[in-house]
Amino acid sequence: MITVKPALTALLFSVVAGSYGMSALSQTPEEIGLRIEKEYHEALDGFANYTANLNMLLRNRQGQESERQLRIKVLEMENDGDRSLFIFDEPRDVAGTAFLVHSRREENDEQWLYLPALQRVKRIASSNRSGSFMGSEFAYEDMGVPEVEKFTYKYLRDESCANSECTVTERYPVDKRSGYRRQVVWRDKDELRIRRIEFYDRKDSLLKTLNFEDYQQYQDRYWQAHTLDMVNHVTGKSTTLTWSDFVYGEDVNANEFTQTGLRRIR
Amino acid sequence: MQSQPPDSGCRSTMFNILPGPRILLMLLVSIGVACPLAQAQVEFFDLAGDLTLETRHSPESGLYPGQTSSASGFSLTPRLYFENAQGWSFNLTPFLRIDHVDSERTHMDLRQAYFLMFGDIGDDQWELRLGIDQVFWGVTESQHLVDIINQVDLVENPSAEQKLGQTMVHFTRFGNWGTAELFVLPFHRPRTFPGAGGRLRLALPVDPDPISRAASNDERHIDLAARYSHSFGPLDLGLSVFDGTSREPVLFPELDAIGSPALLQHYDDIRQYGLDAQLTTGAWLLKLEAIHRSGETNLVGEQEDYAAAVMGFEYQFQSVFGGTDLSLVSEWNIDARGDRALPRRNPLTLQNDLAVLTRFGFNDVSGSELTIGVIRDMERDSQLAAVEFSRRLTDRWSISLEWYGLLEIDPDEIFYQARRDSFFELSLSLFL
Repeated sequence: MITVKPALTALLFSVVAGSYGMSALSQTPEEIGLRIEKEYHEALDGFANYTANLNMLLRNRQGQESERQLRIKVLEMENDGDRSLFIFDEPRDVAGTAFLVHSRREENDEQWLYLPALQRVKRIASSNRSGSFMGSEFAYEDMGVPEVEKFTYKYLRDESCANSECTVTERYPVDKRSGYRRQVVWRDKDELRIRRIEFYDRKDSLLKTLNFEDYQQYQDRYWQAHTLDMVNHVTGKSTTLTWSDFVYGEDVNANEFTQTGLRRIR
Repeated sequence: MQSQPPDSGCRSTMFNILPGPRILLMLLVSIGVACPLAQAQVEFFDLAGDLTLETRHSPESGLYPGQTSSASGFSLTPRLYFENAQGWSFNLTPFLRIDHVDSERTHMDLRQAYFLMFGDIGDDQWELRLGIDQVFWGVTESQHLVDIINQVDLVENPSAEQKLGQTMVHFTRFGNWGTAELFVLPFHRPRTFPGAGGRLRLALPVDPDPISRAASNDERHIDLAARYSHSFGPLDLGLSVFDGTSREPVLFPELDAIGSPALLQHYDDIRQYGLDAQLTTGAWLLKLEAIHRSGETNLVGEQEDYAAAVMGFEYQFQSVFGGTDLSLVSEWNIDARGDRALPRRNPLTLQNDLAVLTRFGFNDVSGSELTIGVIRDMERDSQLAAVEFSRRLTDRWSISLEWYGLLEIDPDEIFYQARRDSFFELSLSLFL
């Protein structure tokens, strides 16, 4: 036993050091976790903007299905969080409704809703982060890529996942209004693609699992999963997001991502 | 319902349902501008819309002869959209309401018929909307005090959320310093009122024609308005001014064309300064709307400058009862004229009234929603309530059930004359 323990430690260190250089030897699991997250964000940075279509398939425990159809536009900001625009096409009763998010690194995000029937732009509270997004198993806080500052991190271990070698890190939401105590994230080492996230509720029991599949690369750089499968272990409900028609770096007008631009959305 | 454009999207088949020469003229002007452009380079065409079947039932019999307890009908709102390669567009939204009881509620309108252009000026952007459109200003829920561009389509629902299309030239310039808007508003529209056979009417029917306007302001008088708005972090602020013909009528008894007593609609020449502000902090939205208006006639028939305000909060609870969103709104409405105040859009005179509204969003697959609202007068014995439940039936059909309850109406309120007109409404909507 005495000889096994140092050997195991050495093995662990060599794995970590192998992927993250020798300095990892002196890093705490928290520092490694933060570093992995920062590298992940650096790999995503510089996209300028993209647009895509999103289909949401909602399933209840009995297998009944319902669909939602959205268009998404994302604008990268210098020295600030991204700006995202969600435009609803289906179901038809909410067609034309648009949702604008200015994510902020430190403060609360800013959110506006455009209601086409009244032609009204309404600023809404961004505090209800744990609320369901369009009746799906995705909460508002699960949509999009959160800014680095929204969590603290801890590296757990390496293990294989999705036929690759993966890192497993834990992240803890900074915002007390998050619905989660922690999330466990599996990411492959080859391309830093997220393969799986497990969501633990405030009581630390497993609430949901999200699997990322059908990755494709854009601009020879940006990896996007085209199928995201979220299963709620408590309710038995699930939601599948299917992304399509990604277009990077087109001439997206920054003025669209404003309250005034919101009134013009079709 | 998105498809490639037909070779010409500008056939004139919509014309035969148009209500009046003014609107027809404006539509022709708008289409005249839009069609050559659209025909030249329509890149995208969209037809959407909705059809709503509706039936209302009032449990109490009416106060006036000829009123029935039930009324049914439907409304139809097609929405046409043409866009060129630049993203400039023409929007056309006619509206048709058929009510089998009230001939005044049966009406047509052009909610929208405007041409939209935009472009850049340096780092700023400009936008021009030309034609008939709807504009919403404000932040509060219990009444829309600063909102003044459009006339209310009151026959639709006493909640007065539906508005008539307004002809306008609407220029906007916005940048990181905020948004500045200018409005030139020809063709004043009178408010719609229920007819003699309809419920929610006053003791005397309101004469739809003629309309009396301040001496200097005939129908073609051009009203002007401007607004500046900006977000300062958590604070959204709007400052506005309107100069022209009021959207609020003063009703005078008269004899109509056939010599029967009726109410004449009179519209004063007013100036209104408006402020709307919302502070969004955590789960709290703190809201304020305030106006100062000059030139308007009060309840006792005198011109009186006045200020009015509505202030309050909206609080959004975290998911409760297993995923339901719950928000709570409480707002206090005041009017400095006190007992001399006239009702504006709400049936009650909001001279000192407290409103409490709750909204449950059940976050289910059918998007079920329940809203409960109560407005209570703090001085008079007036109280009204509205409860609405709605949900989707399929991806295209949805159903809604509403109860509008005049719980108590003080004899000092003008709407005392309609005190027995609480109603239930069931509506079924098909979305294209």
